[in-house]
Amino acid sequence: MDKKEKISVQGLFKIFGDKPETALKKLKKGSSKEEVLAETGMTVGVQDANFTIYEGEIFVVMGLSGSGKSTLVRMLNRLIEPTSGSIFLDGKDIAVMGKDELKAVRRKKISMVFQSFALMPHLSVIENAAFGLEMTGLKKIEREALALAALEQVGLDQWAFSMPDELSGGMKQRVGLARALAVNPDVLLMDEAFSALDPLIRAEMQDELLKLQKKLRRTIVFISHDLDEAMRIGDRIAIMEGGRVVQVGTPEDILQNPADDYVKAFFRGVDPTVILTAKDIAVKNQVTIKIRPGNGPRTALQRLIKHERDFIYVIDENETYKGVLSRDELIEMADNGEKEIHENHLKASAFAFSSDSMQDVLPLLIDNPFPIPVTDSDGTYVGTISKNIFLKTLHKGGQA
Amino acid sequence: MSFFDFDERVIPLNEWVQDGVDWLVEYHRDFFQMIKYPVEQSLNGVSWVLTHTHPLIFTVIMMLLAWRYSGRKTAVFTFLTMLLIGLLGFWEEAMITVAMIICAVVFCAIVGIPLGILAGRSDRFEAIIRPFLDAMQTTPAFVYLVPVVMLFSIGTVSGVLATIVFALPPIIRLTSLGIRQVHPELVEAAVAFGATPFQVLRRVQIPLAMPSIMAGLNQTIMMSLSMVVIAALIGAGGLGMPVFMGLNTLDIGLATIGGLSIVLIAMVFDRITQGMGKNRR
Repeated sequence: MDKKEKISVQGLFKIFGDKPETALKKLKKGSSKEEVLAETGMTVGVQDANFTIYEGEIFVVMGLSGSGKSTLVRMLNRLIEPTSGSIFLDGKDIAVMGKDELKAVRRKKISMVFQSFALMPHLSVIENAAFGLEMTGLKKIEREALALAALEQVGLDQWAFSMPDELSGGMKQRVGLARALAVNPDVLLMDEAFSALDPLIRAEMQDELLKLQKKLRRTIVFISHDLDEAMRIGDRIAIMEGGRVVQVGTPEDILQNPADDYVKAFFRGVDPTVILTAKDIAVKNQVTIKIRPGNGPRTALQRLIKHERDFIYVIDENETYKGVLSRDELIEMADNGEKEIHENHLKASAFAFSSDSMQDVLPLLIDNPFPIPVTDSDGTYVGTISKNIFLKTLHKGGQA
Repeated sequence: MSFFDFDERVIPLNEWVQDGVDWLVEYHRDFFQMIKYPVEQSLNGVSWVLTHTHPLIFTVIMMLLAWRYSGRKTAVFTFLTMLLIGLLGFWEEAMITVAMIICAVVFCAIVGIPLGILAGRSDRFEAIIRPFLDAMQTTPAFVYLVPVVMLFSIGTVSGVLATIVFALPPIIRLTSLGIRQVHPELVEAAVAFGATPFQVLRRVQIPLAMPSIMAGLNQTIMMSLSMVVIAALIGAGGLGMPVFMGLNTLDIGLATIGGLSIVLIAMVFDRITQGMGKNRR
């Protein structure tokens, strides 16, 4: 995936109060948020946020309530005015835009989905879905055609002429999503979009979002206070605490190398076998042998003895994984007078794809005596997962 | 002499007011005649139309309105009311009263709804107009009848102007309340989709404030009707007249049937306008 910068946030601050400049100066001189509040009575909403969001990714901003995540996302489309700092969208700074330019960005480039759905109760479902298009001045026929297409994407075209109060919570949020998609935006801001839904519907909506995202490839900024949700849908996660962005990274990164105790605390009780994939824990500490003239069973045996291993992993010139051979098998081959290791000698053995979760790998480990080889989707050998590594990872996860 | 010796009037506010009104009457009568002009013209027009409409046609129109917005019961009630007023011999007076109410309410709506919207969107503006609204609602009508007569002379038009002063506050207050009651998330959502302040107003705030605005209109109508008798004191015609005359000559019967007619008309108007408020979506 090529990583094109879509949104770049630099030195973003938000201070609530009547004289934010004084508070800003204090902050920049190194005062803490609490000191600023005590001395000036002003509240720091977001403190020096810096991060980049790439095109086509789901970027989750996660934090507890009061951590400033809602304030942060509202500064991206300036529903809340930043006190200082820049927000570059495709290289243009939203923070300094004039009224008309900002309006154009809100109408065409960034749209938003709200926690409380925020559907207009006096408008029908299709009128709601067409709301953003209506603001741009598009004719009724055209905007309702686009709105209907958006409703179709979320599976609500049958309900186009119902009123919002006839819909369930999950359906309402689908309308909210359709309203945001109808304007065909580059960026979708989703502010705790699924938090008001009950758990089953929420999981369903998350799946739906991922499915839509596969087709549409938007840049999505998703606010959540729910770690499971963040892990499930986020390509990358930013963790906020007290107005600061404390860590940005992929879910695996953050799980394995939490930046501080706050982040660690977040992950306490998280089951690493759900989040970590085979690729994350596979290591290349097993002996491999390439299929080529001169590489016979005896060479293989010598290597195994030298490295004190019991199994050898066979790959071809392109590093494609071919199979695994045990010491006994190699001895038998040598006794039979075989000079070379050949593909014909290899039985189909268990292996895992790099994207499989640890949970998928577990039964393979139980059923097979050898460390489970891991391959990419094109068959390239990535490494192996031994029982030992698996247990160590579990132990580390439990400690975090 | 103690400062708290309150035997004498130290602040001659009464004289200042007297002088002020005299000055206005002397030098600015034209301005007040200018205010009076549109009210006078529309009142004359509406009165003429209503008094020249056949009672049956008017009754049918009112019944249809009642049936459309409030249901069959109200339509029947409207018919009986109109019939009774006719039979009591107050048809023409009733039409003049209805014309006065229509004019007063239309002007209240024209002035009051925009002011209410401004007040709903600006805390500062609300704070400024609030004392004026309080004064307009609580000042006893008798207090401002005299200056109204001095500035606008006696007659039905002055009666309507006094009615406007009294009936304007509820529509301003309830419009403002309606705008303020619109959920902030809805306004935020509209802004997030690039709505201009005017678009927010037209597509979100006004439609959602409509039930409250209609309640304000209803209250304005009710208060206008309650001013009918007082307006009669300064020569306004209509159903206030028989009540006023009944009071003067101790003719209890005349006062009672005049009052009864006002109450019945008020009930008809109330049911119809309440229905209008509820039927909107």
